[in-house]
Amino acid sequence: MAEQYMNDPMQEVFIFETSQQLEQMEQSVIKTEALGSYPSDTINEIFRIMHTIKSSAAMMLINNMSVVAHTTEDMFYFMREEKPELIDVSTLSDLVFEGIDFMKMELQKIKNGAEADGNPETLIEKIKEHLKILKENNNLTNSQAVNNEPVAEKYYISSNKAAKISEPKTYQVILQFEADCGMENIRAFTVVHNLKEITDSFKSIPEDVINDPDCVETIKRDGFILQIDTPKSKDKLEAFFHTMAFIDQIEIVELDKTMEIQEEICGLLSEDTIIVPQPRESLRACVTNKEAPVSSGSQSQSMISVSVEKLDKLMNLVGEMVISEAMVTQNPDLKGLVLDNFSKSARQLKKITNELQDMVMSIRMVPLGPTFFKMNRIVRDISKKLEKEINLEILGEETEVDKNIIEQIGDPLMHIVRNSADHGIETAETRIRQGKPRAGTITLEAKNAGGEVLIIIRDDGKGLSRDGILEKALENGLVGDEAANMTDTEVFNLIFLPGFSTKEAVTEFSGRGVGMDVVAKNIEAVGGNILVESVEGQGTTITLKIPLTLAIIEGMNIRVGETCYTLPIMAIKESFIPKAQEVFRDTDQNEMIMIRGQCYPIMRLKEHYKVKTGATEIEDGILIMLEGETKTTCLFADELLGEQQVVVKTLPKYIQRMKKIDGLAGCTLLGDGNISLILDVNGLIAQKRLKN
Amino acid sequence: MAEEFDEFDELELAEDDETEEGKYLTFNLDNEAYGLEIIYVTEIIGIQKITEVPELPEYVKGIMSLRGQIIPVVDVRLRFGKPDREYDERTCVIVVEISDITVGLIVDGVAEVVAIPEEEIVAHPDLDETDSRQFVRGIGKVGTAVKLILDCQKLLEDDEMENHNQEV
Repeated sequence: MAEQYMNDPMQEVFIFETSQQLEQMEQSVIKTEALGSYPSDTINEIFRIMHTIKSSAAMMLINNMSVVAHTTEDMFYFMREEKPELIDVSTLSDLVFEGIDFMKMELQKIKNGAEADGNPETLIEKIKEHLKILKENNNLTNSQAVNNEPVAEKYYISSNKAAKISEPKTYQVILQFEADCGMENIRAFTVVHNLKEITDSFKSIPEDVINDPDCVETIKRDGFILQIDTPKSKDKLEAFFHTMAFIDQIEIVELDKTMEIQEEICGLLSEDTIIVPQPRESLRACVTNKEAPVSSGSQSQSMISVSVEKLDKLMNLVGEMVISEAMVTQNPDLKGLVLDNFSKSARQLKKITNELQDMVMSIRMVPLGPTFFKMNRIVRDISKKLEKEINLEILGEETEVDKNIIEQIGDPLMHIVRNSADHGIETAETRIRQGKPRAGTITLEAKNAGGEVLIIIRDDGKGLSRDGILEKALENGLVGDEAANMTDTEVFNLIFLPGFSTKEAVTEFSGRGVGMDVVAKNIEAVGGNILVESVEGQGTTITLKIPLTLAIIEGMNIRVGETCYTLPIMAIKESFIPKAQEVFRDTDQNEMIMIRGQCYPIMRLKEHYKVKTGATEIEDGILIMLEGETKTTCLFADELLGEQQVVVKTLPKYIQRMKKIDGLAGCTLLGDGNISLILDVNGLIAQKRLKN
Repeated sequence: MAEEFDEFDELELAEDDETEEGKYLTFNLDNEAYGLEIIYVTEIIGIQKITEVPELPEYVKGIMSLRGQIIPVVDVRLRFGKPDREYDERTCVIVVEISDITVGLIVDGVAEVVAIPEEEIVAHPDLDETDSRQFVRGIGKVGTAVKLILDCQKLLEDDEMENHNQEV
């Protein structure tokens, strides 16, 4: 059985769904903790999630996860049923978080193809201990409300056979799954699997949900029909089905003992006696009421999840199409021909290609929200551990960036927030002594600025100490005598060097000095950069500048010799054909030009990259004024070829591994099938300065 | 020229069914014949327009487009320290893929696919320190002819080492 069900698609769905649910649970626990009490809808939500994870983990034969989920479920079952008044919110949250972390870790192991082998014993003991305390505190030790499933149960073997106290009744249950939940047969299998916990005498239509390929359609059309023998009451049964995921409607009918389920569905449906006695509407209302606080169910129904890999492929294909479109419409064979109808169709094609491209781009855009909300947890953990009071403020979480970028900035963001919370924010006493509000504040802000997204992490902690950083840097040999002349910005940038850490003591959260250089590297990898501003005693602001997308830029193609280069349009200020007498050289042979009273250096791409062909006389070419972050430079090229949207591709791995070429951001395919090199203006200008 | 390549395509296709082990694609540079393990070879194409990339070693000719995929091209002649030679209609690019890295190798022309059993390959005698020696894994015998069996992995990976040495 194990081999049969451990196949990939199912595991993928399991991992995806479980991590989403854990994420959701984490967020609600954080919210609750801020409230200081557990409202009943949160308890219900956690109970339901834990129940789902318990069952699905058991189905995937991941017993340690299942057991943890089960124990947590028990605790919340107790809370739901008995509504204890004294709840130690903080300890409880810690326990829940510990459980979440444990399960996340196991998920990660499974994702990496390893065995989920974590030992849940200590955690389970802790939770049970807490449940006991909870009961004692609320004088409910003798409560009946213990989830009537033994804890160390083996889930794939039906147990609880002894639980037949009263006369078993027979029910017929018709389950309708949510319209878009997909994989109905597996949902049905989960139901069957769970059902084994309460009874072992039941029949289902379709009977074999896993191996019967038609059953998905059958279940979609007729629902999943079960006939169950159980001593439980109808309400209990209904409650039981409500705990399961993706069930939209439940119909339960008590059957006469003598009546047997029919083999043929059509026969069964024609039976008058099993027409639903309960009004459907009220049932549905009841279901929706229960589901409503749990998740935005209606929203998730209109969403599907697609693997990023497919999106990447789609993106590449659309990129190819943009190029092919240019190849067709700008085909040299068409030159000089008057083709009215062709031009019309070509325009239409262009329009559709552009729309398609925009659409694909927008699919890949993901809001930063979830990434930001993850920081809640980090701040909470640190403030608790270090007994600091920290508020996390989140602004602009709806800002969207490319999916790939989100993945790249998650870790850096975490490092920075950790650093701020750990090293930046002072303890409450220190803060009061300094006349600051008791609780420190970390602000996470995202906003759009032109073609870039700014992510600002601001704290009102003690700020960076120039002297402290310099001392440390000197100690580690990162700077020499020039230290005294460095500007504040230069000094602050030292923290991004490998092996730099100002904190003397290494804490659990940060201080190993490996964080910030990784941050810088990751941000640079997506073409962004980092700015640090800080006032000692008042706080630090770290700004991450991230390009909106990695995939497509508005480019200007230029030619130098036989090679074509692409400049991002955003960087171009103007272009003009210079006159020889305007150009002059200084004593170091640096070429310059005077434009409207301003003097700009000239950079010849031909000399810079040692291109063998191309214009050497200044009057034969064109100057393009490029505005970088720090400096403006005039680039000398042979000619402008025209504006075009280009799909940015990275240089092949082989070349990347060999050498990082300064000033090159990547390459792209042009309409004529040629390759153009995309220039990185800032890199180019910085390099020029270096050479001087 | 096209016919020539078609021929190779067919050749490779025909061998798809059989095991690819022990098969080598041979090509010539000057008077020597070299063999590349066929499992690394994805295709053979004619020489195409190559875009130069600055600041790279001379043997990396640049990048070219292979149906939308951008791949680097290495001139094997220059890689082995042989003199430059004009590309002609026989010049081909052998596209090889090793551990996710795709590289085009420019050679004077490809010859054939031959099976060389492992026992027919003898170790390289440690004679002199010529440049190309490090890439030769062994010497294969095909009848009376010899083929220098190249270590594909080394051909691509050694660059890194070399670069490091240069930097040090």
